[in-house]
Amino acid sequence: MAKTGVAGTASTNGHLATTEEPGGDGRTRGSLLGRALRGIAQQAQSRIPRADLDERDPDFIRERLPMMWLMASLWFRGEVRGLGNVPDSGPVLLVGNHSGGNMTPDTIVFTLAFNTYFGVERAFYQLAHNLVLSMPQLGSLRKFGTVAASPDNASKALESGAALLVYPGGDYEVHRPSWQRNRVDFGRRKGFIRLALEQDVPIVPVVSIGGQETALFLSRGERLASLLRLDRMFRLKVLPISLALPWVLNIGDMLGHIPLPAKITIETLPPIDLRAQFGPDPDLDEIYDHLTQLMQDTLDALALERRLPVIG
Amino acid sequence: MRACARTIVSAPIESVWTIVADPERVLSFMSGVTRWEVADDQATGLGARYRMLFRIGSAEVGGLIEVVEWDEPRELAWTSVTGVDQRGRWRLRETSGGGTSVEIRLAYGVAGSGLLGWLAERLAGPRVSSHLRTSVQQLKGLVEQEQLRERAAARRAARTS
Repeated sequence: MAKTGVAGTASTNGHLATTEEPGGDGRTRGSLLGRALRGIAQQAQSRIPRADLDERDPDFIRERLPMMWLMASLWFRGEVRGLGNVPDSGPVLLVGNHSGGNMTPDTIVFTLAFNTYFGVERAFYQLAHNLVLSMPQLGSLRKFGTVAASPDNASKALESGAALLVYPGGDYEVHRPSWQRNRVDFGRRKGFIRLALEQDVPIVPVVSIGGQETALFLSRGERLASLLRLDRMFRLKVLPISLALPWVLNIGDMLGHIPLPAKITIETLPPIDLRAQFGPDPDLDEIYDHLTQLMQDTLDALALERRLPVIG
Repeated sequence: MRACARTIVSAPIESVWTIVADPERVLSFMSGVTRWEVADDQATGLGARYRMLFRIGSAEVGGLIEVVEWDEPRELAWTSVTGVDQRGRWRLRETSGGGTSVEIRLAYGVAGSGLLGWLAERLAGPRVSSHLRTSVQQLKGLVEQEQLRERAAARRAARTS
């Protein structure tokens, strides 16, 4: 369930990608493996849904809250602080650091907390990687308000007055090695800042800890992904390698895994009005550096609270 | 799922009612409650609405509630408008010794959430009951302390007059 932010890659992002011919170069064409990969890519891309904000279903979410509460409370012992920092109404861009491989326990815990705190009546969307939404068994995510990550979809959600959760680090951050578990790493993706400025909405940083302890993440496998040309076909820059249940050696994490019951703590910080703080024509790099440093400092503080990995 | 807690407070029924019916004082004795704010112009009485949240496990649950019974100083009941389904009731009765029996009842759940909803309600049950027990004990402490202060103030006033 790796989610991703608007990384400023409009040309290959979201449903726009459906018009592209994947894997259409000479190196893979003709070979059996190439044809197989191309077939899978076409299948996956044809499944990417167009963003329809109406697909979010408050009644469906409400009925699933007890299930999420069981998962968040019993398995992850989730703790979400500072939700009062989110403005009570109006559009807001929630920007989170992302952890836990494709199972993303931080999203489960935060989505539950947001929906119970503000009520399912408040429109709340999350941006996710195209592949996540094209998985047949994850179609119900759209009812939770998950839409394919693209600048268009993000703008549409904010224009409707909703709260929008983005993970700028996306698949890159979520598969970082476990020894970098307490590091905020957005890979210099700044599309979300441009979005907040264009829509003139406040940014609320959401910092979480514990997700990267749900398995032993060994490598992003960037070279492997590039070798298999997954970046061109699926917009996947990584082919992660981890030790995770029940597979033991887990390559790709496409089928997910059973996350270890690591304690997830999430801190929601006060809103940042970008123009009020950085002037009428702010510099993207300055905002990026400020925001990531602020989130890193918060993550460091959360890490200091933690006594043991997994246990918390 | 239903939960209930009761106690006897050594104070007149009106003194207990003053505190349970005041939305500004709910947070001072209700255990587990993280928010209880007046949601529209009417602060008390039949039809008053509050936005309330109650921390249970990983979430703060609750929503908008409305007072549906207001029989001063005996009954105050509310029901949920949004959020988790809930019906709550304060039931106050005078005892023969001049005190007040206080009971709080809460029925809660999420209609339509199936087996997992049932399981979540059961698992949350002991925690909810424990919060209600703590709440009535804290209410008892608060009211009886106020009674002591009022009696002391009355004695001081009698001495100086």
